[in-house]
Amino acid sequence: MKFLTTNFLKCSVGACDNSNDNFPLRYEGSKCQIVQDETVEFNPQFLLNILDRVDWNAIVTVARELGNQSLPVTKPQFTHQNGDANTASNLTEDELAVLQDLHVLLLQTSIAEGQMSCRNCNHIYHIKNGIPNLLLPPHLA
Amino acid sequence: MAEQKEEEYVHKIYNEIASHFSETRYKPWPIVTDFLEHRPMGSVGIDVGCGNGKYLGINPNIFIIGSDHSSGLIECAHDIDNAYNVLVADGMKLPHRENTFDFAISIAVVHHWSTRERRVQAINHILSKIKSGGEALIYCWALEQRSSRRGYQEGMEQDVLVPWVLHETKKEKHSSSDKPKKLKLASAPDLTNIPLKERAAFIANWRKEEEQKRLALIKEEAKEKEETAKKNTKYRYYHLYKEGELEEDCVSAGGKVKGSGYEKDNWYVVVQKQ
Ligand SMILES: C[S@@+](CC[C@H](N)C(=O)[O-])C[C@H]1O[C@@H](n2cnc3c(N)ncnc32)[C@H](O)[C@@H]1O
Ligand SMILES: [Zn+2]
Ligand SMILES: [Zn+2]
Repeated sequence: MKFLTTNFLKCSVGACDNSNDNFPLRYEGSKCQIVQDETVEFNPQFLLNILDRVDWNAIVTVARELGNQSLPVTKPQFTHQNGDANTASNLTEDELAVLQDLHVLLLQTSIAEGQMSCRNCNHIYHIKNGIPNLLLPPHLA
Repeated sequence: MAEQKEEEYVHKIYNEIASHFSETRYKPWPIVTDFLEHRPMGSVGIDVGCGNGKYLGINPNIFIIGSDHSSGLIECAHDIDNAYNVLVADGMKLPHRENTFDFAISIAVVHHWSTRERRVQAINHILSKIKSGGEALIYCWALEQRSSRRGYQEGMEQDVLVPWVLHETKKEKHSSSDKPKKLKLASAPDLTNIPLKERAAFIANWRKEEEQKRLALIKEEAKEKEETAKKNTKYRYYHLYKEGELEEDCVSAGGKVKGSGYEKDNWYVVVQKQ
């Protein structure tokens, strides 16, 4: 399960929708086996558009839990001086380097084995062979 | 009630037939492919009930998360391409926040909910996950499929159990053909102790008995075959949609119908979240 997927997962328990703690799920770094896949290709324009759609706070939170403390608290902006936001063609070298790092984190890093839990109800969901299972046991469904 | 039926006639069955089913699902349907290819670069979407994930790799420039209730099929998807983003979840309890995705697809899944109320609820649930203005492409099996091998058509019952015949596993094939035949038929009777004048009658009787044994054997084999077939036939519940019904359900679910049509024995709708 790619790191980016954590940005789109909340607790399945309906009652937790009334809380603000059902997202992101909590990942215990010590219980998660992290793998890197360097074959995922870097596409700056794709990533810029993805960044528009992510919840940055959740990325920072999950990255910290998994042992990465290096992210800035606010989402990096990639606005070129000519005011052309979100076009990969006129990124500075520094901006490209930041994007490259985010590519490694969001798309090349995944959780192969491990677990995540809800910050509200504490229900634990397992990740096995890279696949998270968010089905609920009968008593919670 | 409805949930129990879906558990027994949908969820359990897909796990039982997962690997065989997955072998038959590799050809993407053209209109689904076209829909996915037209999503802008960097769009984020979901494939609800993605099965073995045959739509997850169509457009490399989008981020699509596939989910399915069947862990067996999700494992097939992961084995086909471990770059697919897949997870096991119930389509009625999707683990995503509301108003999040640019688009959704759900191909041949909504027909597995067993009441109209639940099908509308499922469509509504999918729409709840996409942003306002975003589109979902939904397919359901059609009642009108005269020319298909199943032959369903107008006027027939819409709530049906559809058989899936598993091919015999290698183990089963061996046990039935390697099994020593219960009796070897002799080509001629042993006449050494039979007095000459009784031989004609003895042979006639022997022939009759042999014939009876042969018939019994054939009957037994047929019964065995039938039992294997029965054991290997799994029934899935479907609601067959009639013309116009899917549009109605999408409207009841709060969506706006942007397009609709028929492809591969299915009705489809492009529904927009208002
Ligand atoms: C006919 S298959 C279609 C699979 C895939 N969309 C395709 O086009 O090849 C139906 C799929 O719906 C899934 N399904 C049925 N009920 C579901 C539910 N309640 N939640 C999620 N998936 C479900 C099944 O497990 C199965 O994979
Ligand atoms: Zn919860
Ligand atoms: Zn794997």
